This record gives sequence, structure tokens and C-alpha cells, in this order.
Amino acid sequence: MIEFTPRKIQSSFWAILSPIISIAITIFIGSLIFKILSYPVMESLYQVFVSPFSRPDRIADIFVKACPLIIIGLGLIFCFKANIWNIGAEGQFILGTLCAGSFALLFPETKTYTLLFSMFIIGFISGAIWASIPAILKVKLNVNEILVSLMLVYVAMLFIDFVVRGPLRDPMSFGFPLSKVYPDGAIISKVDFPFIGFLGQFHYGIFIILILCPLIWFFINKTLPGFQIKIFGSSTRASEFAGFNKNKITFYVLLVSGGLSGVAGVIEVSANMGRLQPEVSFGYGFTAIIVAFLGRLNPYGVVIAGIIIATAKLGADNAQMVLGIPKVVTGIFEGMLLFFLLAGETIQKYKISIRKDN
Amino acid sequence: MYKNFLKIITFLSILVSPFLYTSAYAKTKVGFVYLTTPGDHGWTYAHELGKQMVKKEFGNDVEISIVENVPEGPDATRVIRELAKQGNQIIFTTSFGYMEPTLKVAKEFPNVKFEHMTGYKRTKNVATGNIRFYEGRYVQGVVAGLMTKTNKIGYIGAYPISEVIMGINAFAQGLRSVNKKATISVIWANTWYDPVKEADAAKVHIAEGADILAQHTDSPAMLQIAEKNGALGFGQSTDMGAFAPKAQLFASVNNWGPYYIKKIKQLKDGKWNTGDGPDHWAGNTWGGLSTNMLTLSNFSNMPTDVAKKAQAAHDGIKSGKLKIFAGPLTTNDGKEIIGAGKTLDDGALWGMNYYLEGVTGKVPK
Repeated sequence: MIEFTPRKIQSSFWAILSPIISIAITIFIGSLIFKILSYPVMESLYQVFVSPFSRPDRIADIFVKACPLIIIGLGLIFCFKANIWNIGAEGQFILGTLCAGSFALLFPETKTYTLLFSMFIIGFISGAIWASIPAILKVKLNVNEILVSLMLVYVAMLFIDFVVRGPLRDPMSFGFPLSKVYPDGAIISKVDFPFIGFLGQFHYGIFIILILCPLIWFFINKTLPGFQIKIFGSSTRASEFAGFNKNKITFYVLLVSGGLSGVAGVIEVSANMGRLQPEVSFGYGFTAIIVAFLGRLNPYGVVIAGIIIATAKLGADNAQMVLGIPKVVTGIFEGMLLFFLLAGETIQKYKISIRKDN
Repeated sequence: MYKNFLKIITFLSILVSPFLYTSAYAKTKVGFVYLTTPGDHGWTYAHELGKQMVKKEFGNDVEISIVENVPEGPDATRVIRELAKQGNQIIFTTSFGYMEPTLKVAKEFPNVKFEHMTGYKRTKNVATGNIRFYEGRYVQGVVAGLMTKTNKIGYIGAYPISEVIMGINAFAQGLRSVNKKATISVIWANTWYDPVKEADAAKVHIAEGADILAQHTDSPAMLQIAEKNGALGFGQSTDMGAFAPKAQLFASVNNWGPYYIKKIKQLKDGKWNTGDGPDHWAGNTWGGLSTNMLTLSNFSNMPTDVAKKAQAAHDGIKSGKLKIFAGPLTTNDGKEIIGAGKTLDDGALWGMNYYLEGVTGKVPK
């Protein structure tokens, strides 16, 4: 039987080195796979890991891809720190998008950004309301929040599907399930950099991370509610002895997490699609769970983790374009990277020993 | 010495430059964007076969890049732009949902040609191509009407959009041309590709007594269920006979290759255009049996007289003698669409939101 005992002293040296070693092992085994499949090893590695950084617009696109992952991931920090398992960020993302989008389509002539501002608020509230369902059930009836939040993802998916095919369908779309295009006031524009112009799809929505990230770091580490969340997560009993309100914490972490997912949805669709369609999220809500853990539930870590995951996706596309490497092969890379990073973290935090059972 | 060296270099470069120019000209860079992987054995596989035909036709004169598994959102915009940046001169985006991303990128690269499959929006450098899938479904209807014993046909639709509905109605027209008693019941899978859901829908149809199955979804799952349960059915997009040798009557095969080859040739000759002509609807290339963009796989698992009638229907559509949507046409709740002597035009097909006689139930709104 394998036993995990927590290490009393965690070496900060290994904390930094372990992700580096993990990446090195991934690259090594990855090269073997490329070699076996007879793809040029160095060229393949270049496409997967380096090419996403090889041009300014490619770097910009990494941020575009990472943006929803990071914003959702930042929200999930609250839940996971408190040991509340919100698996339904995907659904909260979709509902935020849907409500904010429907609101935008009500005012087709609007050109001012008051509309966009209201969409952010509506997106936050509707995402939070969707997350409040598992929250209320958890608090009042002690229903497992994992199941409820996950199942509400499918409800949200079917709901947006229904709305886009029915009430909100653009009559000019020949029966295809697309809403009308958002009014100008609901579109987040691309950033026109001085002297450079547009870089890929880089849009103003990405800058929200610059505000959110330090704000959340400050909240978690420097305020009383943040402290309560951390204590609640590491020991429910201790937090109860301290007089913290268990229900309140459960409720609020889910609300904030759902709200931020909703905001992520508003940004993603307003910046990149400009209309509602049956599929607005491509598993962002689920990938963000990985991002949150890969970032070790630290806001800055989440930003880095989001960028790593986004890089891997972009690298996979480039590798296929240039070398014809199928996505399944580059998918193995992503899997290995996650596996080794998490394994490295586990070894660094726990002592692993094999004990013989009687 | 140095002077001579310069001279030689200049001389050599003058000598070599025309070759550089011609080789750069002759090699056309072609990009493809796929929604799933060719392993779906349906929609994307049909495009993959088209790509292979391009490779075979042009050999080393083309350089092909593909990207598979591209979701129909911001990723599509990025991938299409990347293909354009890497110097692809013509880019085929092979799913309806790539419409906006294609148009967006096309605006940024006015010198690159874009070909969007199954969409309807065109600009100066975006052409659209589509297949008259419904023509094959009429022939399916004829075979189903002759082969069914229970007079119940199970149809699996992806989404209730005009393109799928016109397919169901064409099937009904074929069915009723040989068998007025048989009816079609439709289950909406609400997906283009989900083998599990498609298989479930097939099981429901069989449990309700259907002995012939048809599909407007992409995986071979339905045929595999038919094979297990002794029912018969039709393949979609590609020949699926290998998955159900005893169940597949024939498959409607999407033959994109000739279209791709035609467009790449036009580009090489500097004659690329967004199309116009008789097999177009409002300017879209919309080719069917007559242009070989749609073909039927071999008739199997049916008696020769049925195969003969199917062949006759195929030939009739191909030559244009047989009009699928010729009046009188009546909806299944008794409303007249057009009277005798008239035929529905292409625009009316894209506005179909009703079932014709022979189909049970109502179109979901």
C-alpha cells in the first residue's frame, strides 16, 4: 500500500525546481514519441512550445485564448480554497453569456458603452444566480454541490440551444441557429496598438485580468473574509469554533465564482463572436478547473497556468499546420504536462512510502 | 577578383530568377480547416477524401496544410488567420459555423481566396459551396418505399433547420412516389456527431417498428444498430458499407474533390471567382448529382428490380427530367404549398419549415 505523509518542511528550492523538472520530463518523453512516429524532433518541439511565442500576434493570441480560462479560474480559487467543489463553471459561463447577450439584443441601436457596462453586471448576476442553485441546495438541504453544479451545465447548454434556435434566432439566417449580431455598444473592440495596429484578436477585455488578479490576491491574503475562506477550507470544525458562518461562506464563494464565470462569458462572446450561437463555450469552464489547480489556487499562478494551457493549444494547431502532426499526438503532450506537474507537486508536498499490509 | 565575384553572382541570379519565380508560382499553397477529425467517418472524412483527390490531381504542384478539431468560435478565426499568414493562397473552411470567422479573416487578407462550405454569405474573396444533399435522399425514399415491410421509416435528423427539413421532405417525395402507405417518423438528435445519441435514436426507431432507417447525422452508429437488429438503412456523407455490410442499402456520398480541384485550377489560371451559373442558388455553388458533387455508393442488400428503380430515379434527377419538388405539394397538415404544374425554386427550399405528406409530426419551432 502506498502512503502519503505530508512533509513538515516544504523546501522552497524544490517548489521552484519541480515544475521545471516536470516540463523537462515532458519534453524528453514527448521527443521520444515524435521520434517513434518519425516526425522531425527539434522542429516538432519548436512548433509545440516555441512557435506560439514567435510573433507578436501569436503571443497576443495566447492571451485571447487564456483570457476566459484565467477569469473563470480566478473565480474558482474562492470555491476551491473553501473546499467547495464548483464543477459547473461552464454552465455559469453560458448563462452569463445568454442573459447579457439577450439584453444586448433588446437594444439593437445602442452605440454607447453603457450597454456593455450593464452587460457585465447582468453577466455577473446571472452567473451568480446559476451558481446560487447548488449553493442554496447545499446550505439548506446539504445536497452535494458537485452533482448539482455539474448537471446544471447541461441545463444551461440546452437552454441556450433552445433560445438561439427559437426566440432569438435571426430571421435572416436561413433557419440556422444564430442570433442577430450584437449592437455596436455591446462589442468589445480589438486593441489598436500604437505603431503596430491590431495584434491577432487581442481585445480590451483582457485588461480586466490586470485588475482582477491583484484584487483577488489582496482579498484572499489580506482581508478577514479571505482568511475565513482559507480556514473554512482547511478545517471546517476549526472555523466553526472560531464562530465563522459556514453557510454564509459556502453561499458567497459559489456566488463570486459563478459571477466571474458569467463575466468571462460576456467578454468572450462580446469580443470574439459578437452574437449568440448554440456553442459559446468550448469547455472553458472545465479546463479552468485544471488551470485553477495548476496555478495552485494562487491568482498569479492561475494567470501563468492559463497561459501554459493556452500555449499548448496554440502549439498543437501550429504543429498540425506546419508538420501535419495530428492533434491527438499533441494532445498527449498536454496530458503529460499536467500529469508531471501535478505529480511533481504531490511529491514535493508529501513523502511517499510503500508500506506492506499484514 | 571581388569585381568578378559580384558579376558572377549577378549573372547567376538573373539566370536563376525565372525558375524561382515559376516554381513559386506553380506550387499553390492550400489550407483546410476541419471541424472534427477524419476519423468521424462522415462529414470531415468526406472533406479529407476531397483533399486526397486534390493531392492526387496536383501532386507536387500543391502544398496542403490542414488543421483538424477547430471549434466554431474564436479558435477558428485564429486558425484561419494563421493559415493565411503562412502564405496559403486558398483556404477551405469546411463547416457552416466558420462563416463569421472566415468573413472576418477574409477582410484582412484581400489577396487570399476563401472557400466556405455550406454557408451563404459571400464577399469579393469569399466563395461558398454546398451540395444538394436532398437529391440523394429522394433516391433513398424510393428504395425505402420498396423495401419496407412495416411501412414505418425511422429518420434521425441533426437539427430542425431548412437544410435537414428539405432532406426529410425529399425523402418523403421519393417514398410516396412508390408507396403511399409508408410514413416517416423523425427523431432530432440535436447534434451533428454523437455516436451514442445517434445509436439511441436508432434503437428507439427500431423499437417502434421501423425497419428502414435514414440519417442526417454523421457517424455510422445508426447503421451499426440496424445491422445488429436486422434492419436496413442508408449511409451518410461517405460509404459506410464497411460498418454495416448487411444493413447498408447505399450511401449518399459527399464528393467535394471535384469542386476543390475546380476552384484550385481557377486560382492557378487566375480565373478564380465566387461563382454564378445554373447550379447555383443566389450565387452559391450548389451542386448535386448532375455535377458529381453528390454521388451514390453501390446499391446492395436489395433485389435487382429495386436497384433498377433506384438507378432510374438517380438518372432522372441527374438529367434534370425528374423534379423532386414538383407540384402539387401539400403539407402533412393539409395546407397546399404549390399546385400542379409548378416546381419549388431553390429559395423556397431554404425557407422550408414544414413537413410534406408522408412525414408524421410537426417541425419543432
